[in-house]
Amino acid sequence: MTLRENPPRESVPAHGTHGTTGTTGTTGTTGTHGTTGSTPEEADYHTWTGKARGWLLKRLPADKLLPEDQPSYVASWIYVFGMGAIVSLVFILASGAILGLNGPAWYHVSDLGHFVNSVHLWSVELFFMTTVVHLWGKYWMAAWRGGRTLTWITGMAAFLVSIVTAFTGYLLQTNFDSQWIAFEGKDALNAAGIGAWFNVANLGQIFMFHIILLPLAVGAVVALHVVLVRMHGVVPPLEADESDAQLQSGARHDSDAQHASGEAGR
Amino acid sequence: MEPIVHDFVSILASLDSPGIYLGWGSFQIQLGNLIVILVMILFFVLALFLPFPSGRKRK
Repeated sequence: MTLRENPPRESVPAHGTHGTTGTTGTTGTTGTHGTTGSTPEEADYHTWTGKARGWLLKRLPADKLLPEDQPSYVASWIYVFGMGAIVSLVFILASGAILGLNGPAWYHVSDLGHFVNSVHLWSVELFFMTTVVHLWGKYWMAAWRGGRTLTWITGMAAFLVSIVTAFTGYLLQTNFDSQWIAFEGKDALNAAGIGAWFNVANLGQIFMFHIILLPLAVGAVVALHVVLVRMHGVVPPLEADESDAQLQSGARHDSDAQHASGEAGR
Repeated sequence: MEPIVHDFVSILASLDSPGIYLGWGSFQIQLGNLIVILVMILFFVLALFLPFPSGRKRK
């Protein structure tokens, strides 16, 4: 086994609309190793960790993950609601952690417990309100354009998983409301055939779902959604299509394909 | 207790009640849910038409 230096940063191709200013590598070892690959990345990265890093950096370079600027069309209130939902989610997770660590006997009885419980509830209300306005905005600007299908799908998945999480939260109020919701909900879940596994009348099970499994699911889906937004960029309004590099690149592919099929048909 | 404070407290207290339901024919909705839906529509319309404050230099 021979020790090799990491490939210089120039070997990771700049990608997307932002472009990179490029860094001047100081190692100067390009071309001295890994000559079997067909592309520069394959040639430079010869281990799975290196290849994984190359794959990630190609799709999500640092200037896309944490951009200096946003396109001018992002300066609109309609683009604020996604971040509003994330901020609400942070409040939900923080207040939820405090509630979970102290337990129902604390938040049902003490003043501070009532307060934190209320913060948790109203953060959820804000989360759903901002999420729904975000969803409306993205639906009416067809936000799945320009190769953003998976971004749209993960957004919808985040919304649906959030609804299940909120449902289990309502079951944890441990009052007549939650008892009513559980005994109404069990019939629907039994009819769907999952009542024996997901038993809404089992407080301990629902508590674990609500504080472990579902927050992890919401967090993971939301994180993936945000990473995809960063990878593909914020979708432009319909009237600003020409400013989106991904849409233009897609349009070029389409016209090339049409041109090629036209040539073939002749 | 001042009357206005009393009114405010009674409104807050009513949030714990079974709820006020509004109905038109077969359509029925709880007042709280209706308020949330109307507020979301208001946010959406305002977001489309309110000017966004200009920050520092933007591209």
